[in-house]
Amino acid sequence: MGPLIPQGIISGEWNNVFALLIGVVFGFFLEGSGFSSSRKLAGVFYGYDFIVLKFFFTAAITAAVGMIYFGYVGWIDLDMIYVNQSYVSSLIIGGVIMGLGFIMGGFCPGTSVCGAAIGKIDAWVFTGGMFIGIFIFSEAFPLFEGLYNSDNLGSIKIYESLGISRAFFVFALILVALGMFYVTGIIQKKVKKVEY
Amino acid sequence: MTDRSKKYFNPYFGGVMVGLLMLLTFYITGRGLGASGAVKNTVVTAMHSIAPEHTEESTYMSRFLSDDEHPMNNWLVFEVLGVIAGAFLSGSLAGRLKLKVEHSPKITSRRRLVFALLGGLLFGIGSQLGRGCTSGAALSGMASLSTAGFISMMSIFGTAFIAAYFFRKNWI
Repeated sequence: MGPLIPQGIISGEWNNVFALLIGVVFGFFLEGSGFSSSRKLAGVFYGYDFIVLKFFFTAAITAAVGMIYFGYVGWIDLDMIYVNQSYVSSLIIGGVIMGLGFIMGGFCPGTSVCGAAIGKIDAWVFTGGMFIGIFIFSEAFPLFEGLYNSDNLGSIKIYESLGISRAFFVFALILVALGMFYVTGIIQKKVKKVEY
Repeated sequence: MTDRSKKYFNPYFGGVMVGLLMLLTFYITGRGLGASGAVKNTVVTAMHSIAPEHTEESTYMSRFLSDDEHPMNNWLVFEVLGVIAGAFLSGSLAGRLKLKVEHSPKITSRRRLVFALLGGLLFGIGSQLGRGCTSGAALSGMASLSTAGFISMMSIFGTAFIAAYFFRKNWI
């Protein structure tokens, strides 16, 4: 029963081997879907290309449904899955800073690595910027520390926060995603085409 | 003849494949995918070799140093090395390997690069404050149905949508 490494079914020594192989597949499909192009990524914010939204929600739903299934048939212990801690304030403010970075830089960390791998010089510069940003954050950490550690709600799950069951939440998420796929399809037809 | 380098996967296909990959990753490791953590560990390692005492005294960077394990011996570091290889493979099969600055014809390369640098810088800061980026905090966070993942996703994309108006000249 999974997860395999936390349960000790596979030795932790294999961790990095899996990491490398999983990374290769991740990079292959990110690049192959067009995530190495900042102009394609930015399309979601101007309505001329919704690949980010379609890809993002399809991936999240596929994994979430798969986990319900794996949990149901007893292949995985869902309580052992890592759940990010909800430090609400730093999540929101960090997200706002990242959102600005996204619209200015046209990449996020994973996609900039993909762009950099195929020779996009703007992606190299973006990646360089990340190194500087992380360095600045580390040096200025005393300024951020209070915010960084505030308002921790712990490892809570969204369906618990909303007071509904896991399966019902995922079902609702699928309906919302299908609605968005439909609406964005209409928007994309109406928005002036951008050549890139 | 259609340009082969513009042929991308259907986004739903790509999404399902990465969703299945995430499921496999959760099944094997109990955690999701990520990206910014690898850059953080690289920064910590570089700083530790340039200024060891300073790094050990730093409240933030010292969190990622331990006597047992080198910061580069890390899951995310190997995963991102894999991403570089996988993206290179995909790009070379599709004929997309090319050195270039991609930008809207309405702006100069120089302007694009300045904004790319600023964007990267902000993403660097924001990903540390938000404990992860679009991959680790938002995408994997949503897949594991953590409240944090949904807050992160709405905050990143919401801000970018609102700010898009002010930066439209760069893109459209």
